[in-house]
Amino acid sequence: MAQIRKSTGIIDWLDQRMAVNKMMKVLVSEYWIPKNINFLWAMGVILTTLFVLLLITGFLLMMYYKPDINLAFDSVNYTIMKEVEYGWLWRHIHAVAASVIFLIIYIHTFTAIYYGSYKKGRELIWVSGMLLFILFSAEAFSGYMLPWGQMSYWAAMVITNLFGGIPVIGDAVVEWIRGDYAVSDSTLTRFFMLHVCLLPLVLIAVIALHFYTLRIPHVNNETGEEIDFDIEAEKYLKGDKANAKVIPFWPGFLAKDFMYIGFFMIFFFYLVCFHFNFAMDPINFEPGNPLKTPPHIYPEWYFLWQYEILRGFFFDIFGFSAYNIGLIAFAFAGIALFFMPIYDRSDVVAPAHERKGFFVWFWLLVIDMIILTIFGKLPADGVTMGISNSWIGFYSTITFFILLLVVLPIITTLEKKRGGK
Amino acid sequence: MSVKQERRNFIGLAFGAVAAVGGAFSLVAVKKTWDPLPSVKAAGFTTVDLSPMKDGEMRQIEWRKKPIFILKKDANMAPNDKRDVVVGDSRYIVAIALCTHLGCIPEWRASKQVFICACHAGEFNVDGINTFGPPPRPLDIPPFKIDGTKLVLGETGPEYEKLVAQA
Ligand code: FES
Repeated sequence: MAQIRKSTGIIDWLDQRMAVNKMMKVLVSEYWIPKNINFLWAMGVILTTLFVLLLITGFLLMMYYKPDINLAFDSVNYTIMKEVEYGWLWRHIHAVAASVIFLIIYIHTFTAIYYGSYKKGRELIWVSGMLLFILFSAEAFSGYMLPWGQMSYWAAMVITNLFGGIPVIGDAVVEWIRGDYAVSDSTLTRFFMLHVCLLPLVLIAVIALHFYTLRIPHVNNETGEEIDFDIEAEKYLKGDKANAKVIPFWPGFLAKDFMYIGFFMIFFFYLVCFHFNFAMDPINFEPGNPLKTPPHIYPEWYFLWQYEILRGFFFDIFGFSAYNIGLIAFAFAGIALFFMPIYDRSDVVAPAHERKGFFVWFWLLVIDMIILTIFGKLPADGVTMGISNSWIGFYSTITFFILLLVVLPIITTLEKKRGGK
Repeated sequence: MSVKQERRNFIGLAFGAVAAVGGAFSLVAVKKTWDPLPSVKAAGFTTVDLSPMKDGEMRQIEWRKKPIFILKKDANMAPNDKRDVVVGDSRYIVAIALCTHLGCIPEWRASKQVFICACHAGEFNVDGINTFGPPPRPLDIPPFKIDGTKLVLGETGPEYEKLVAQA
């Protein structure tokens, strides 16, 4: 046992038993952050805040929610919304946060792409981040079906049916996931378990991993400059704070983050109080009905681009059925971004506006994903500007894959040959 | 010293074996836990009387929580011996009303004589055969038996066997 002396105070008492001073240094007060980063780097902290909000409101909602197909709809739309005091507030915070968190995740992800933060030593930050994206998707989907409205029911129907595409055992897998021949009570209760227990546990673990992957390679910066954190940290500790290129996470950096959280929360509660409806599908205010499909099924906005890729293929190609191509494309779209560090052959770490080809590529990808999102919401049998929506969906799906799998490797290989920017 | 090391290796191996067996068994148990319950599997039968149906009429009924289409063909609809259910002199189309793509319920458009699935624009003709879009196969035919003018869903009769054999 270590030598325990009479302590001089609470901190000292804890320090002797848990080395709290050392821990604070490692975690915050000597965890170095570059000075030249802009507001886009605050998205991580905002995501953490939103996640905490989701957890807390989730606990409050869970006390009144009933995971039973006969009770679920009313427990949300009557009990929580009308009877429970401030129940509407928790529900709207939960729903708006679930939607907005995806907006911030997308900004966070595209910031990383724009500044090349997935490269050279930072691959694990990227991979664990993409893993979080998948987990958040599963979390969002399992939560979406809980109120048992019409859209919830049919979303569950369509998504569980996706597994029918697995060769040979597909139909059995669908039945197994649902625990019934159709989406029913057993499906609801198991998705409830996933949403409130298993997935949050895994999420918290992976969030911790995501933070940890950042500890050693450190966060990237606005110019992609390679900073020697040891030298800069020494300058800072010696008192040359003005010349050091870094500041400690706490108290220096978090102070700035708190300001962004402040701005963000004003915007967030403006949405919660005045525009909560965007996170609520009107069709979901009708109880789930297995015998009637809503005329037009679409997911929440943040899944639209993937959904459009799923239905982008509507004709058979070389003997592969449209059904299978669509499923494979969809599955691949879900994980496509995982491989960014592989598609990008160049090791220049610099913001996109300093890498000409990459800059154009970046914005083409963003535009293509916006087009996919818009057409994911429009009916598949419609016509836009004289072109059928199905074909627009097809071409933008193809563009997505070409941009990632063909164009990006080519331009980055060229960039590498030219030896830099 | 080396003797002791060997003992430790052995204990490690033995533990590994016990854990692997236990792990395998619990995986089976976990899989079974998520299988449909016996009460679900014992879902019942549904009987429909077809005699009141008019020519060209389309009905939707429920069987094992799934919607079922029953369409009585009229004179304009070409007979199709591979898909029609013949009862007396009338021909019917009986199909599970879930799109074979991702399971939405297609809508019967009497004017165009097609079933349209709005989800991803799949189309099926009068016989329930996929003609456009992502659905990979015609609408499924549920097991049925014909009992006079009645259709019993959930049991397999000779007429059903015949249709399946042709498919
Ligand atoms: S579910 Fe019918 S076309 Fe996709």
